[in-house]
Amino acid sequence: MKREQPLLFELGAPGRRGCSLPPLDVPAKPINELLPPQMQRQDPLALPELSEGELVRHYTALSTRNHGVDSGFYPLGSCTMKYNPKVNEEVARLPGFALLHPCQPPESVQGAMELLYRAGLYLQEITGMDQVTFQPAAGAHGELTGMMLIRAYHRSRNDQRKVVLAPDSSHGTNPASAAMAGYEIKEVPSDERGLVDLEALRQLLNDEVAALMLTNPNTLGLFEQDILEIAAAVHDVGGLLYYDGANLNAIMGHARPGDMGFDVVHLNLHKTFATPHGGGGPGSGPVGVKEHLAPFLPVPLVEKGEKGYFWKDDLPHTIGKVHGFHGNFGVIVKAYTYMVMMGAAGLRRAAADAVLNANYLMERLKNSYALPYDRRCKHEFVISAREQKKRGVSAGDIAKALLDYGFHPPTVYFPLIVEEALMIEPTETESRETLDRFAEALEEIARLAAEDPASVLAAPHTTPVSRLDEVSAARRPRVCWTGNRKSD
Amino acid sequence: MKWEIKEGLKYARTHEWAGFEGDLVTVGITDYAQDMLKDVVYVELPEIGQEAQVGESLAVLESVKAVSDLYAPVDGEVVEVNEALLDRPELVNEDPYGEAWVVRIRIDAGYENPELLGEDDYAALVKEEADR
Repeated sequence: MKREQPLLFELGAPGRRGCSLPPLDVPAKPINELLPPQMQRQDPLALPELSEGELVRHYTALSTRNHGVDSGFYPLGSCTMKYNPKVNEEVARLPGFALLHPCQPPESVQGAMELLYRAGLYLQEITGMDQVTFQPAAGAHGELTGMMLIRAYHRSRNDQRKVVLAPDSSHGTNPASAAMAGYEIKEVPSDERGLVDLEALRQLLNDEVAALMLTNPNTLGLFEQDILEIAAAVHDVGGLLYYDGANLNAIMGHARPGDMGFDVVHLNLHKTFATPHGGGGPGSGPVGVKEHLAPFLPVPLVEKGEKGYFWKDDLPHTIGKVHGFHGNFGVIVKAYTYMVMMGAAGLRRAAADAVLNANYLMERLKNSYALPYDRRCKHEFVISAREQKKRGVSAGDIAKALLDYGFHPPTVYFPLIVEEALMIEPTETESRETLDRFAEALEEIARLAAEDPASVLAAPHTTPVSRLDEVSAARRPRVCWTGNRKSD
Repeated sequence: MKWEIKEGLKYARTHEWAGFEGDLVTVGITDYAQDMLKDVVYVELPEIGQEAQVGESLAVLESVKAVSDLYAPVDGEVVEVNEALLDRPELVNEDPYGEAWVVRIRIDAGYENPELLGEDDYAALVKEEADR
């Protein structure tokens, strides 16, 4: 078992330093001449005092506490935690990309501009959209940008629509982004298939509806097979269709949101296009639009002219900038590298294998867990711990128990329409052996939940700390160090 | 049944309770609802004077498990909110029908919402949902 790691404040000793500063080479001035008394600190600042070696050991110890795709299986639903090929990192670190300054004159960064331009073309081809902005820094930022584009579009037609629709299975960011853009949210119920209830949708549609936000396949991993009818119904009342690209990995290279009738899409390069996710990011959430929304895109856009690539700033109807310069450029380099290395056939294959892996796991796990929507899934699926719950073992307990097997748990309690939900997305980059080991772990936990529920409720046993008090942490968070330093 | 359903209250299908007293209606979430949400860690209250409309969100309850809306069970105007919940969201779990009332709404004289359920019908709804 790993020991608890003390805080920096608990390490070191008074007067210990990590570096020696050179002597002052300008005349020293008394502090009273520099700061008025009321601005001066009365007590010394309680900073940690450590040697360089202690500091390095501290952070190295913490770094080994991480779980990432490089350390193990990470089947976090809707997050597409696929392996991030190291060649992407190598390319992003090429001095010609890594050492650029965004204010350099365009003629000196033609290569970087070409990469942006081509990456945009690839994403247009993959999504069926007409133009792409790379500015948004991640998925939810892309959603907000998309919602602002939709609002700008309606307003340009003197149409003040107020409502955005999102299914009850939607990612929580969808209603949040629409609300942030000033819209009122209405929820579209799912039907017994786990898909958009088309009749209920028709009831909600009117000339107040600005857009419907949809993920396809949805968060149950099910393909919205009525998508053409849905698109027609939304467009008939003058609304637009927004595609949340979190689940694009399921259909990449096989079906295009643009062909389904979507007007705006956001993509998560840190999901579908194999760039690091979470703390290893940053992310990137490009937004693609159809022609009728292109006039509102953020500026600048990269365009190709007779004398090479140039920044296009003169978009009179632009919503403005949503990020400094051109988004998280390094991430775009990595995603571009991924697309080039995979090729069109490779991207298609990735989606097919992601779907195969998910179905393989689903078919096996439905023998141990309830499967509320038992249909062929796409890249992810949702099982329910409702049977285990009868023995007192919840989805959250199962997630904790999985830590002892060395796996990151799946998403739990989401989507909201499945009780005791466990949402599993294996991705295409896992081997059959890994999938089998994961299934065996979940099967064993199910067996324990039936025979010895107390053992599951006491898990995890192998982590530095077992169960954290999440409730107190949320109700009364203590985020400041208030304890005494060792030396006091 | 595992969950308390209090007599003399009306219930919404979305698991709010409503206590009618003259032109004032006190609203909270039911015992079943708090049990489904698990430990509530944050409550967002409406402004006093805000209009309440049946089925529209009035307050937000955040638990370790999910973020959930409290929907207005009646039309009217918010006249009082329970600020004790801001500091002690755990009251929602401890005493959902008492200390953890969320808002008071003033309704027009003679107002009724025929959609609200009596305790027997609500008990049947809870049983149906729990068995699903």
